[in-house]
Amino acid sequence: MKIILFIIQKEFKQIFRNKAMLPLLFVMPFMQLLILSNAASFEIKNIKIGFVNHDNSQTSYKLISKFQSVSIFSLSENFSTIKDAEASMEQGKVDVIVEIPNHLEKKLLNDNQTSLSVIINAIDGAAAGIENVYVTQVIKDFNQSIKSELVMTSFDSENKPYFNVIAIPSFWYNNTLNYKTYMVPGILVLLVTMLTLFLSGMNIVREKEIGTLEQINVTPIKKHQFIVGKLFPFWVIGLLVLTIGLLIAKIVFSIPILGNVFIIYGFAALYLMVILGIGLFISNFTETQQQSMFISWFFMVVFILMSGLFTPIESMPVWAQRITYINPIRYFVEFTRMVMLKGSDFYEVRIHFMIILAYAILVNFLAIWSYKKVN
Amino acid sequence: MPQNTMIKVENLTKTFGNFTAVKGISFDVKKGEIFGFLGANGAGKTTAIKMLIGISKPTRGTAVVAGFDVQTDSEKVKRNIGYMSQKFSMYDDLTIRENIVFFGGIYGLSRQEIKQKTEQLVQELELENYIDQLVISLPLGWKQKLAFSVAMLHEPQIVFLDEPTGGVDPITRRQFWEMIYAKAHTGTTIFVTTHYMDEAEYCDRVSIMVDGSIEALDSPKGLKEIYGVNSMNDVFLKLARNIE
Amino acid sequence: MNRKVFIGFVKKEFFHIFRDRRSMIILFGMPLVQILLFGFAITNEINNVSIAVLDKSKDVETQKIIHKIAASPYFEIEKVLHAESEIEPIFKSGKVKAVLIFESNFNKKIQTTSLAKVQVITDATEPNTANTITAYVNAILQNYSKEINHNAHSKYDIAIESQWRYNPELKSVYTFVPGVMTVILMLVSAMMTSISIAREKELGTMEILLVSPLKPILVILGKVFPYIFLSIINAIIIVGLGFFVFKMPINGSLFLLTLESILFIITALALGILISTISNSQQTAMMISLMGLMLPVIILSGFIFPISSMPLPMQIISNIIPAKWFISIVKAIMLKGVGIQFIWKETLILLFMTMIFMLLSMKKYKIRLE
Repeated sequence: MKIILFIIQKEFKQIFRNKAMLPLLFVMPFMQLLILSNAASFEIKNIKIGFVNHDNSQTSYKLISKFQSVSIFSLSENFSTIKDAEASMEQGKVDVIVEIPNHLEKKLLNDNQTSLSVIINAIDGAAAGIENVYVTQVIKDFNQSIKSELVMTSFDSENKPYFNVIAIPSFWYNNTLNYKTYMVPGILVLLVTMLTLFLSGMNIVREKEIGTLEQINVTPIKKHQFIVGKLFPFWVIGLLVLTIGLLIAKIVFSIPILGNVFIIYGFAALYLMVILGIGLFISNFTETQQQSMFISWFFMVVFILMSGLFTPIESMPVWAQRITYINPIRYFVEFTRMVMLKGSDFYEVRIHFMIILAYAILVNFLAIWSYKKVN
Repeated sequence: MPQNTMIKVENLTKTFGNFTAVKGISFDVKKGEIFGFLGANGAGKTTAIKMLIGISKPTRGTAVVAGFDVQTDSEKVKRNIGYMSQKFSMYDDLTIRENIVFFGGIYGLSRQEIKQKTEQLVQELELENYIDQLVISLPLGWKQKLAFSVAMLHEPQIVFLDEPTGGVDPITRRQFWEMIYAKAHTGTTIFVTTHYMDEAEYCDRVSIMVDGSIEALDSPKGLKEIYGVNSMNDVFLKLARNIE
Repeated sequence: MNRKVFIGFVKKEFFHIFRDRRSMIILFGMPLVQILLFGFAITNEINNVSIAVLDKSKDVETQKIIHKIAASPYFEIEKVLHAESEIEPIFKSGKVKAVLIFESNFNKKIQTTSLAKVQVITDATEPNTANTITAYVNAILQNYSKEINHNAHSKYDIAIESQWRYNPELKSVYTFVPGVMTVILMLVSAMMTSISIAREKELGTMEILLVSPLKPILVILGKVFPYIFLSIINAIIIVGLGFFVFKMPINGSLFLLTLESILFIITALALGILISTISNSQQTAMMISLMGLMLPVIILSGFIFPISSMPLPMQIISNIIPAKWFISIVKAIMLKGVGIQFIWKETLILLFMTMIFMLLSMKKYKIRLE
């Protein structure tokens, strides 16, 4: 135990002495949290819409003004030909084009039915789907209104009551659908993970590269003493960054923390051991910091994109969903959402605890095993 | 093993795949002796020394260092030896004092002992003004004298020095060897590799390694007589030529 | 004479990188694995969402609707609840993302008041999923309403014919291939160069190079040259996989795409050089290029989150992310098939950024030498 304290003392000194590193550890993560949390949103607003009106009838103008009255559509523009409109889409100036055909009004009155075409820039498929929903909604409302208008004027006794099954939505835990509630804890998890993974991933390989590791290896120090002493400072830094991040979440973003704070820290403590163990494991298998960082980068990108934070895990193919079971970030993201936003108690997150505990034991066992004092 | 034999090496071999870096070397080193371990670059010196200090496992053969087998008891070996390598091995971003505290600490010295040792070193090396400076700011010669002292902190019975004076000016080299002599006088065994042939003259006995084998082993005087030359440099050149 | 020295130096750098088999596997293998993994796995479509139902009337109509919901590809009925008290725990355990509650006397209400309600409770801790689930349930219910009204003549209806431009099947891989390509090129180029230059500085070999007859600028160029080559190969692998494996079209000019990719690689390398000049060790260089670039590139570039959804200040900040401009160039060439006349602005911005990075690094470099 005494020997471990000497290592911890030395590591802390080295970390705090590197003046170039300090802002990277204690300023950059929070700047990113503050900035990026505002940017990470799928909410669609300001749809740029263009019209090509071949009809020029009363109804067509009404339809266009209906679109203009909906705030989600911004910047409507009228084109005289479909060619102009499409060129504008190519330049990215419009997202949606509504083409109103010749004789729309006439057909509507005579045949009761007509159609118009809607062209949507679908490069981002998900956004296009949502834009389509909004366009459809406006046209449906429009149908309803002209119906009542026309029905009122032309007496129609045959008109049966229209049966309707409707959905009444309610959004729990986040009733304003605020993206920050969702993103701030998630981005905080990512930042803490990156910081600790990169620090531990380059630490031992750095000593290998500058030659001090050999000096350590000729001392009678035990493997576990060395590793515990090396990782403890990063573990503390991880928890510290998490704490400041949670305060920012609470104070700046007013993110609710419904669950027990001790459960969050208990889980975070185990989680950081998993990440540090992975970093150490990578460090043991590489010769230079460059190699170690590239491998850490690889795992980090995979972990981030397959964590369920940015894209839903359920939508992945089954094999990919299985891969996410070995992704520690997945568990932490799920966990923070459950405990912070829904107020889940220990019993409800016990599976997460068991998995992360088993993971921590396994990874650190591997890390200590793969660290060789003798080759 | 007789009481005063500190290192006993028999048929020590290390192979990496098809390549045999050390080919069954054998020798003894006595207590208090300054043993010079010479050889050209790539002759297998560093590989051999790594086996003796317990950070590389021998493929075949035995080596008993300070009474412990490096094959089975390498951690006990480490408790009894000091090591200083050609790659300078103190932390550049720590001060001298912090390096002493750290290395003393991991050898299990108490804070009290570390404090005493530090004071002692400050006096011996006249470090009053430098003790709280970062190692990176010191001249190379200073660093190496310090590294030697740090390797001696836990008072090991044997100290291994791998090219300790590489790249240092003659005066500092001279001072460095004075430190070595002083330690040897107190009964510490010194095992040193070097490629400065004038330094070989300072050793009690010298072994010369060529292509993984020990080709000659005797006192510098004895070697010069055997090969009928006037300097260790000539001994070395003659040996190298013979092999070719 | 100088040219010969330079060529020799570049050769040495090449050998240095290519001799190390482990690094080679890492440099080429990992981007390959990533693009395959993400291309197949990552989508922001919603499929197979686990939901629970609470049916308070259990009549013909509700059974039909539940059947329809279960049959849709979007939903998976994970659990049938019997009381409202079960809702809270099932959300807290995280097993389902939504609960549908059918009011009692459902069928009767349709017949008498011609209106019946389904309450859709969603776990809005994931707002996007919650919103989409609600929209899908709504659509299913609307279709159902239409069906039960089949004999009623629908009057005065304007039907919609939607056309999807550039990505008719709404494949999300079309947005992810350019995105992943950008993330890989950006980070590999910036990270690898910044680390390798910082490494030379740390090991003291940079000084040796600087006293050689080569001009400092040539030393730096020699160091980054192999990485330009490596990154181009990576870009080719990624575009190739996008085309052959993910059937991503290349509607525009392949030549233009190549030129733009080289430009972007150079931008990233210049950024890497700048990072190396402002960092005192490999560790600092890595923290800046990894911690500093990873999330901003993923989040602010339009790779995952549409830039138009961001608040105005974020949209302005996103302009300084080179990746944003490259993603829009790649999408424009590959999917829209447009030529340089539509993307000259983005191209100029990248050129400009490259120049700024180079100038700043040269300035920093000079200060250091004095």
